[in-house]
Parts: sequence; structure tokens; C-alpha cells
Amino acid sequence: MEKTKLSFDPFNLIITGVGGQGNVMASRVLGNMLSHKGFHITIGETFGASQRGGSVMSHVRVSSASSLSPQIARGQAHMIIALEPIEAIRVLMTYGNPEVNVLCNIRPIHPVGVISGELDYPSLEDAKAYVTELSKSAWFVNATDRAMEQMGNPIFGNIILLGALAGTNLLPLDRDDFKMIIQGDMTQDKVKINLDAYDMGMEMVKG
Amino acid sequence: MTRIADDHKGTSHLLMGNEAIARGALEAGVSVAAGYPGTPSSEIISTLAKVPKEHNLYVEWSTNEKVAMEVAAAASFAGLRSMCVLKQNGVNVAADFLLHLSGSGTRGGIIIVPCDDPGALSSINEGESRHFARLLEIPLLEPGNFQEAKDMTKWAFELSEEIRNLVMVRSVTRLSHASGNVIFGELPKEAPRAFFKHDGFILDPMEGIVVSVPVSYRHGQQHEKLKKSIEIFETSPFNIYTGPDNPELLIITASVCDLYTREAVHILGLQDRVGVLKLGTTWPLPPKLMEKVMGRTDKILIIEEVIPFLEENVKILASELAPKIGIKTFFGKRDGSLPMAGELNPDLIISVLVKIFSMRYESMPSSYAEKAETYALKAAPARDLTFCPGCPHRASFWSIHNVLKMDNQEGFVCGDIGCYSLATLPTGFMSLKTMHSMGSGTGVASGFGKLDQFGMEQPILSVCGDSTFFHSVMPALVNAVHHKSNITVVVLDNSGTAMTGFQPHPGLKVDARGNEAPNIDIQAVCEAIGAKVKTSDPFDFDGTQKALFDLLEDKEGVKVLILKQICALSPEKKEKKMFEMSVNIEECLGQSCGCNRLCTRIFRCPGLVWDKDNQTARIDEAICTGCGVCANICPSGAIKKEEVA
Repeated sequence: MEKTKLSFDPFNLIITGVGGQGNVMASRVLGNMLSHKGFHITIGETFGASQRGGSVMSHVRVSSASSLSPQIARGQAHMIIALEPIEAIRVLMTYGNPEVNVLCNIRPIHPVGVISGELDYPSLEDAKAYVTELSKSAWFVNATDRAMEQMGNPIFGNIILLGALAGTNLLPLDRDDFKMIIQGDMTQDKVKINLDAYDMGMEMVKG
Repeated sequence: MTRIADDHKGTSHLLMGNEAIARGALEAGVSVAAGYPGTPSSEIISTLAKVPKEHNLYVEWSTNEKVAMEVAAAASFAGLRSMCVLKQNGVNVAADFLLHLSGSGTRGGIIIVPCDDPGALSSINEGESRHFARLLEIPLLEPGNFQEAKDMTKWAFELSEEIRNLVMVRSVTRLSHASGNVIFGELPKEAPRAFFKHDGFILDPMEGIVVSVPVSYRHGQQHEKLKKSIEIFETSPFNIYTGPDNPELLIITASVCDLYTREAVHILGLQDRVGVLKLGTTWPLPPKLMEKVMGRTDKILIIEEVIPFLEENVKILASELAPKIGIKTFFGKRDGSLPMAGELNPDLIISVLVKIFSMRYESMPSSYAEKAETYALKAAPARDLTFCPGCPHRASFWSIHNVLKMDNQEGFVCGDIGCYSLATLPTGFMSLKTMHSMGSGTGVASGFGKLDQFGMEQPILSVCGDSTFFHSVMPALVNAVHHKSNITVVVLDNSGTAMTGFQPHPGLKVDARGNEAPNIDIQAVCEAIGAKVKTSDPFDFDGTQKALFDLLEDKEGVKVLILKQICALSPEKKEKKMFEMSVNIEECLGQSCGCNRLCTRIFRCPGLVWDKDNQTARIDEAICTGCGVCANICPSGAIKKEEVA
């Protein structure tokens, strides 16, 4: 297996979102795609109680040399994928730096404190402005709404974002690897819908 | 993704720590695996349960951890390799049997795999398993990465057979639930046969009876086994020193802390000044190895999570070895360098090293840090834990809360650990007033129920899950009935061990391997014990609240209300809406309705949000699961449900 060179070695990526958005699944698919390319992958994630409506985060580390700490150190992220906009801001506070790239789904999920009226949720314009200011490049995509419209289920938002990540060309991701990895666990029609979501994501960050 | 029983030696796979442990057990030829679900340990048994049937494995989710340990022990007595898997709290449950088992000794290789949860990411305490190894006087192994999780698990079975006693392999959340690359070894081809020899000489460890008496004789034997373990540990490849010959600082660490330590040393560029001894065999410590490594330097930092277990054991050895290696200066938990509570991470270790070496380190430019913090404070509102959209517990606690309020006698609910622990928070209307170990709600309630003779008149409720009912509520229920304790037990039956990922339990018609199994009916059990039982669907508020009122009215003995509704995340329910929900904005009176935003301010399902622009409630279609419950709480009838065909 020939190894493509990484822009940073190790490359530190964080997938963040809210319990139930499928970021554990996304991190595992992404990890397997890069593992298949011959890299050493370490994924650190929290699940269990935190899945119940809380913020959920996966640290995905890509290295040409070895397994690494499953927790990235402060200020050390190269790429942040946020399945929910305010989670991007939350993660940037701890792991961000002026060189970080952000790929952000713009569909809000209101915390219960916001639903009950105790806390305020920012306007989308503000959230986008903060993310943009705290990153080197930021991509904003409407993955959840597109997933509901075209795939009939918001959960495909995570695959759309994986496709979008591939579209940014920041990591050596291969559509065929994606296909091969999901094929092991899915029926043919499920594979097709996932490939559609992946392709849609790729398109969304182009141009 | 990865087929755990693949027979391709030498191939690399991305595995979760728990899967790596399961693979290690398979490579060791494990025959029997038993456990009780508990985060972060559950995927070990779940993974083994999915191994194809041509591998002759017996895997079970036992009723509780003590039974799981006993089931695994039987296999060892019959000469098979076996394992028991549990979260740390489960070791407490199994402890009584464990102390007898380590005294009687074992035959086929047997390991106990506790997964601890430093930082209590999915627990309600930071309990530790490591000190149990010392208490039970059995060897303790701690894998430091994913490959070791597999390799050490495999080796642990061999060690167990070498010393004919139980071996502990301890993992933690950040290893069990993290993933990394693991190179597969070979799977064994033999098919072992079970036979229990019991007719030999009474003291023969392999053919006599399996007992812990005569105690002084067997206990002495156990210490011989520990000495043998120490000899083996002296040359174990899982104890690795890396760094200069004479480092300015020696770090002694184990488990996932080794990965944090390496990260911190790397980020600070201290590779030439710091040496790291990563221990895989953490109890009993091998003195010759420790003498050699500790002799390299005068300053030693011990890095571990929660209690200073390693630190204390190292210090005992260091004082014994002082005439040979000299007096050392120690850093760790006891001098306050590292916290006694919470999990570690690379940043905490960076801050210790920066202090010891008087360095400066900035993790991000201060102007950036200030800006990021300001924005986060302004625009990233906290995300409190909540019951999932469509969760039956929200509906159950809505009824419990309302009935207790209407009853107006300051009644309260005792509970334990489970998803329903969230009822201590606003998502469960803060109904839960005591919360401790598995099943303890009913035991505590049983005690409260006898305080009437001291003038206590408050109504007493307990809650438990269906799996917890079998795990440890049954003895408490028997106790309450026998002692005529005036309590109402609410069983929140969501048809599975939901919190940990829907593992089956004795109330279901299926076992861990997916085989059909006789189910034990909770209602019939409660009735047989002598409780008065009612069953209701928690989504039916009227029926549930009436049933609960009736039971509370009855002041004689133990009442049980079974609230039966499948978990919203269960495979059979997920992605299937019962109702299409909507809010009629003409009918929703918003702030001007006398309800004071009952639906969003109090009920607070994540699928029902407050639309600031329209000043009405609104369904979030991406979140709503269509359970239909919220339609029953709107006094204006503005929340509409339409059955999905």
C-alpha cells in the first residue's frame, strides 16, 4: 500500500456534534478509509451518558508512524467537522488555532436550556462569523436539510459531511475506499444512498 | 467493518480497545465469556456474542456481575479458558465471590476484565478496580495501547494457567472506547472439551475439590503464585523503558496515561531529558526491574488516573530499595502535582512537566485564546444532558412528578444508575432524590418505608429499569414485602438494557447470542413475591396517573407499577415514527396562553422547540421521533398528531 503524504503528520481532526447525530459512525468510517490507505489511526471518543442530548466529540488522528493519544492536546486541531454550528465554536475554544480548518453543518439543534428559555442561541450569521474568524478556512454546508430533502432522513448529514471533507482535499480520501468500507455492513440500496450522500457532500464544497 | 474472527494472521485492523480485548480472548482460545453490561465494558461481550457459531463459544449476559464471575469460574474448573467482563462497579458486585475464587485457585486460564471510567464519563462515581487486585492478591495487567489490549489479553490466559489463579486485565474508557490499529495473530484450531475432575487428592489443585479451605494452606499457596508472577514480570515485554540512559526525570506510568505522557513529552520536545517506564504488569511490581530503572535518576514522576495506586506501590519498593538506589524525589498525586480526581489528558501532563522543568509553553496564541473564549461564552450555550426525543422515561417522570405534586404530601423517588438517573435533572423534572448503586433505589425505599414508626408520613417511591430489576432489585423487593414496607416501586420497562446498547436480559425472549430464551415475566415475579401490581403504558398519561394514584392511596405494603414502553433508540423503534407531529400556530397562544410555555419551558423535549420569531412552539422535524406524547400536554390542543400509515 502506497502512503500519500499528509499535510501534517500526525493530522488531528475532530468530529463534533450532538448525541444521536451519528458522529461515532462517521469517525469510524473515516478512520477505516484512512487505515486502508496504510496510516495508523487513533480515534478517541466519548459515548454513553454523553449521548443523551449532550455534546459528543471524536478525535481522529492520522499518523504515518504509530498509535497516539486518543485525546488531542489543547490548540492542536488541524481540521474540525461540526455536525452542529455552536459545537464548532465550543471545540474551537479548546482545540482551535489560527491555522485550523472548519467544515460546519449549519442546522442548529437547540440545547434544552435554549428550548426552556434560560439560554440564548446565536443567530446563524453570528455563529458563522465567529467560526470564520477563528479559522483559516471555513466551509458551511446545509447537510441536515439536504439529507432530509433528498435522502428522507437527517442522519445522512454525517455522510454528506464526510463527502464534503473529501471535497476539501485536506486528507487523502478515496471514494472507492468509502464504498468498500460501507459495503461490508450494508445492503445494496443502503450503499447507494450513502454514496449519493457522499457525492452530494463533495459537490457542496466545490467552487 | 472488521470481522473479529477473521483468520488472517498479520493483517492490520482498526479496532476499538474493547474489540481488541475480544480478539485477544479469541486468539487465546476462550471458550466461555460472561458479563453484565456497563459502560465502557459492554462491547467486549457484544463483540464475542457476534462471533460466528462455528467457533464453539459460549457467551452470556448474566443476571449480574457476581453470577457472571461464577459462570466463568465453572468453565475454568472444567479446564476451559474463560473470562468475565464488567465495568468497575461490577467488580464491587462480584467481590464476595472473587475473594473466595482467588483463594481456591483456578484451572483453565481465567481472566477478569474490568473497565474503569476515570472522569466518570458514563458513571456516577470514579471507582477503581486496581486495588481489588491487591485485595484479592492476584496479578494485575494494564494494556497501554490497542495492540497491547489484544496481546496482553491473550497472554493473561497463559499467565493464569501458569499460576493457576485468576488474572485481572484492567482497561479504562479512553482505551476501551478509543480505536487504533491492531495486527491480528493466529486463532487456535483445537476444540477443548470440558470435564470437571473432583475425585483426586483433596489438596490437589487440578484434581481435588475446588475450595478456599484450609485457609492458611491455600492462602500460602496463593502467595507462592504471586512470587511466580513477579519472576515472570521481571522480564515481561510489556514493561518498556524508553529514553536516555540517565534522564533528568523518570516518568513511571501505565494504561492510556502512557499515550498522554508520550504526547506531552513530544509536544515539549523533552525526549532527551525524560525517560518513560511504561508498565504493563502493575501489581505486584517486579523489584529487580524497578531497581534497575529507578537507579537511572533521582527525580521520579508517577502518572496515573484517580487513586495513587501505582505511586504508593512504587514508593514502597523505593523505600525498600533505598540502600541500593538512593533517596528519590517523587512527583505525583501525593505532592499535588496531579489531581486526585478526574481523568488525565496530555494538557494536564504538559502543565506538570512545564513546572518541573521551569519551561514556558503556550498551547495557542493568547489573542486567539481570548477571542475563542469570548465567542464561546457568547454563542455556545451549554448543552445539558436530556432524555432523548421520544424517550418513555420523560413521559413516566411527567406522570410521577404530576401525581406527587397533586398528592401534595412531599413524596419523593429513590433511584439508581441508568438512563433514568437523568431524572435528577430538569429533563426528569428533578424527581429523583436519592441515586446510588444498581438496584439501590428499592433497597433505600424499603428502609424509608419503615420509618413510619418514627413519624415519617411522606409517600415513598422507587424507580428501576427492567434489566436492573433482575440484577439487584429482586432481593430488595423481597425485603420490602417481608417487612411490610409501605412503598411503590415503578419499573421503567423499556425492553432491554437500553443505556449500554440494548443488551438482552432475563425478561426478554432472546439471549446474548440471539438464541430464543425463556423469558421471566416481571409482573408475575412481583406478584409471586407478594406485591400488588399494575401495568400501564407511560405514553398514556391518564391511565398511568390514575394507576399511580390508586397505588399511592393504598397504604398497605409494597405496590409495583410497571410502565412498559420500548426505548426510542431501540432497533425496532428507531427511524419509525408513530405520528407525524405539528404545531398549529393559530391555536398556539404562545406567551399569552395561561400555560406559561408548559411544553417547552417544563416538558422540554428536544424535538419541540420555541420559535422566537413566531412566538410559538414548533416541531423540529430533524429531531422529533413522533411518539405523540407532547400532544397530550398542550392545554390549547395546538400540538397535533397524525398517525403515520
